[in-house]
Amino acid sequence: MKNSQTIKRVLSYTRPYRGSMIAAFAGAVFYVLFTLLGPVLTGLAIDQIFEPGRVNFQGIFYALLALGGTVLAAAASQWVMSVATRKISSLAAKDLRQQAFEKINVVPLKFIDRHSHGDIISRMVNDADAVSEGLLQGLTQLFPGIATILGTLVVMLVLHPLIALVVVLVTPLSIFFAGFVAKRTAHLFRQQSAAQGRLSGYINEMVSGQQIVKSFGYEKECMEEFDQISQVLFDSGLKSVFYSSVTNPGTRFVNSIVYAAVGVIGSLTVVGGGFSIGRLFAFLTYANQYTKPFNEVTGVLTQLQSAVASADRLFALIDEPAEPQDGPDALAPESCEGRVEADQVCFSYRPDVPLIEDFNLEVRPGQRIAIVGPTGCGKTTLINLLMRFYEVNSGAISVDGVDINRLKRNSLRRLYGMVLQETWLKNATVRENIAYGKPDATDAEIQEAARAAYAHSFIKRLPMGYDTVITPGGGNLSAGQKQLLCIARIMLCQPDILILDEATSSIDTRTEMLIQRAFEKLMQGRTSFVVAHRLSTIQSADRILVMKAGQIIEQGTHTSLLEQDGFYAKLYYSQFAVE
Amino acid sequence: MKQLMSNFKGYYKELILGPVFKLTEAVFELFVPLIMARMIDIGIANNDTGYIIQNGLLLVLLGALGLAAALTCQYFASRVAQGFGYSLRKKLFHHVFRLSEREYGKIGTDSLITRLTNDVNQVQTGVNMFIRLAIRAPFLAIGSIIMAMTINLKIGLIFLISTPLIVLVLYVIMNRSVPFYGRIQQKQDRISRLAGENLEGVRVIRAFSKQESEIRQFDQTGNELAEVTIRVGKISAALNPITYVIVNLAIVAIVWMGSQYANLGILASGDITALVNYMSQTLLALIVLANLIVLFTKAIASAKRVCEVLDLQPSMAAPEQTPDAPGSEEKIRFQDVCFSYHGTENALEGITFSLKKGQTLGIIGGTGCGKTTLVQLLNRFYDVGSGSILVDGIPVQDYRLEDLRGKIGLVPQAARLFSGTLRENLKIADPEADDETLWHALEVAQGKEFAEALPDGLDTRLDEGGKNLSGGQKQRLTIARALVKDPEILVLDDSASALDYATDAALRRALKAENRERTVLMISQRASTIKNADRILVLDDGCQAGLGSHEELLASCPVYREICESQGLITKEADA
Repeated sequence: MKNSQTIKRVLSYTRPYRGSMIAAFAGAVFYVLFTLLGPVLTGLAIDQIFEPGRVNFQGIFYALLALGGTVLAAAASQWVMSVATRKISSLAAKDLRQQAFEKINVVPLKFIDRHSHGDIISRMVNDADAVSEGLLQGLTQLFPGIATILGTLVVMLVLHPLIALVVVLVTPLSIFFAGFVAKRTAHLFRQQSAAQGRLSGYINEMVSGQQIVKSFGYEKECMEEFDQISQVLFDSGLKSVFYSSVTNPGTRFVNSIVYAAVGVIGSLTVVGGGFSIGRLFAFLTYANQYTKPFNEVTGVLTQLQSAVASADRLFALIDEPAEPQDGPDALAPESCEGRVEADQVCFSYRPDVPLIEDFNLEVRPGQRIAIVGPTGCGKTTLINLLMRFYEVNSGAISVDGVDINRLKRNSLRRLYGMVLQETWLKNATVRENIAYGKPDATDAEIQEAARAAYAHSFIKRLPMGYDTVITPGGGNLSAGQKQLLCIARIMLCQPDILILDEATSSIDTRTEMLIQRAFEKLMQGRTSFVVAHRLSTIQSADRILVMKAGQIIEQGTHTSLLEQDGFYAKLYYSQFAVE
Repeated sequence: MKQLMSNFKGYYKELILGPVFKLTEAVFELFVPLIMARMIDIGIANNDTGYIIQNGLLLVLLGALGLAAALTCQYFASRVAQGFGYSLRKKLFHHVFRLSEREYGKIGTDSLITRLTNDVNQVQTGVNMFIRLAIRAPFLAIGSIIMAMTINLKIGLIFLISTPLIVLVLYVIMNRSVPFYGRIQQKQDRISRLAGENLEGVRVIRAFSKQESEIRQFDQTGNELAEVTIRVGKISAALNPITYVIVNLAIVAIVWMGSQYANLGILASGDITALVNYMSQTLLALIVLANLIVLFTKAIASAKRVCEVLDLQPSMAAPEQTPDAPGSEEKIRFQDVCFSYHGTENALEGITFSLKKGQTLGIIGGTGCGKTTLVQLLNRFYDVGSGSILVDGIPVQDYRLEDLRGKIGLVPQAARLFSGTLRENLKIADPEADDETLWHALEVAQGKEFAEALPDGLDTRLDEGGKNLSGGQKQRLTIARALVKDPEILVLDDSASALDYATDAALRRALKAENRERTVLMISQRASTIKNADRILVLDDGCQAGLGSHEELLASCPVYREICESQGLITKEADA
């Protein structure tokens, strides 16, 4: 079965912690054993009281001494069990998470581009947590629970088979009852959570769109609808909460029947002379507690189910195939001249939708290539292929005449410097961010790079200067400042080939000019590919690649393309010319 | 907290009777060990089978009565809790819509949503559990002590020692472990953040070949998380064993002392079993109590967060009635308007312009220059810091808000639609509008063609936020929505940004062709979009950098020139 395979695999993560595992099991066994002995010993002590004046104090003393001993032993073994299982479950979850994280750093980009990041994160955080919790509960509740059920049964049978039979027959009633309630209320809970979901969705939409609601004078209708959905939640919530809260009193009632039955039958047996009061006491204690492990076990089983589902999701991520390894004889050049060629390259994201076909390109060292086209035309695809984020289907791309498939991926990528429009900075200090590609850079080098990227002056004005921590998402910097930092990051590395992605419009004019200047400085003497939105960039390019729907449909210089009077000319006039 | 209490209105009966019934059940439960003791001490001792069976039946009867009482309580508790939650949610939601923009900024939209959903639920659960358990658990604990003392005062003293001891242990262990949970949450947040950062930055990370160091950083955080969980595990693992030891040592003491008294004939063995039972019961009750306290702490924290919102008063007051218009020539006037979001740096400074009925004003400038702020002020989502804004000659503060906003058709920057059909979305602007009006609006907004092509036309359902539409389609719908209102003033806040140039131009032509004497505010980053406006306002970092026609500005306003040049609208002069 698939489930048992998953469980086996989860358990295989406990293997490195075998010592703790043994401790956990030993703890559980002793814990159950000693706990079961408690009532028997108490009963034994009570049985030494015959009648006033006839009390066997020595017997009581020994029984109580033994009781004290077992209590301490039970407590100690429970502690060992809890600590050991906590350790195992935390460390196993950590290992799972780390494996998943390592995996996302080696999977092809295709995987990351196609999957929701929220989903991947939730697998690494929530699902790993669920697995850990399942492991913990499974070890601390399932095994001891079953052991307790069996142990109690044995002890009761030894004490008195007939009364044991009563307990065994009546107790399941409460489990059936709980199961019955759970089954009957399941649809109520679904209704409630559907209503809850609808209401949350409505609140979310309306509160975040409150300006629209207000500016269209829609408040009254909005309130009415809210009240309506709220009413549905009230109705379904009332039912589901009430019916599910029936379980506890119900099982308590069944318990009281068992208790009364044991009490009556036990007492009658004592009267008949086949039983002692102490044993009756022990029996009553067991009868009282017998449902507890059942409830625990059923509770754990549902939790285990969801833990297994979580584990499956997590394993699916861990089992994702990695990018193929670099070949053993792959080259690792430290630098290059910057000659880039594409020879009959074909590429598509999906086999049934051809995208780039028979693409040829020859870029001499130091040339500037502008890539233009409407949004979604596949400019990023080109970057993906050049940096080998995606692999070509056929044909070859080469740098300095060497097929990039023969280079180590990391070496190839380090030849390039890339500034994307969507800036990405780490949640770390400005200094660490600039030195991202060269962690051993000195402060002087970092400052020099920042100056060259026109970032130094704004960095200086940040509250902690170069030690200012960039908040997650970079909220404490403007879009333009973030871009300048990304440029500084490249300045420091001095790569041989550049890939620049001009921002469309989200940057104020002043910063925009600084960025332009920094770009200009970077491109000096380097082969560069620029995704261009600016007229000046296009005009000064050695060659323009015009892309449309993934295809490179025209190539040439600005003037030659205008002369062609094709798509580029149309694009140019619609976008840049005065109406 | 007074704000919360009022939500119990209509449920006072249940609020009082619920705990009373619960208490009744607890009282019955307290009698059980006593009855069992009598079965042993009287029934068995006298070989009285009738007495034994009688008492056995009494036990069942008590159980049944307890069941009935408990069910009644559970019902009342669910009613109160759901009713309370319903009332609180409604009150909060209505209140939230009375607040002004500044309050939203103070608390944050996301946080408001959480408070309306999670926090209200948390408080609701708290109320439910309070009625069900908050009275029962302490009552059972104290009741057990009292019952024990009635059986034997001196042995009862053992309870007086052991019970506080258990409470102390519960308190110390919980108190020491709680701070760790905050730290665990922090580490988990950090793990999510690192994972998110890694996924988002995958291209940069691989371009710089930084996978190794990213993994190292993640591993370190993972190790820290495991370390904290193991540490808190060690602390909380002590809870059960220690309480178990205390209770059982107390039982040892009870049995030992009990046997002394039994020897003297003061106590019978049945009494001893009852005492031992009371001791076990105390522990169970206290553990329930401990869990309850955790739950209540959460509920109280949530209640505080809810009250914080309820205590907020809208910072802007608006009159109930709008004064009569003085018959002004000017549709809109901004006079020396200054505004700041946080009271420190001005987001807008010294903005002055006026616009006649039917005129179009273009507003241009880079991101963060205050364009959207200006629209917010016109709609009176915020009040100006100084200066004044007049619409039809009346200051915006003197308007009834509905009247002011009724004049303005706003097309916000973010094309936000609600879930529901296309028709429902358009009719938000005017619930009375007929299909003809809707189609006309769509036509002007250049959305007719694609709306017609939709499978169910106006009845096509939009997913939440219109996720099943493209950005351009959504934008056209938001424009149509504003037009359905047939507003006197149309505000297009960078609304054409998702449209291509041709559609953008067609939209402007269609608006003009409608010829409704409509005053239009057109905000854009594209010079080509606004260059034909009657007047153009150029904003630079919140300041008015220029006001005039395209030609005038080209001659007089360097910022405007710069923008036009960078967008290729004019070619750079050799000396510029």
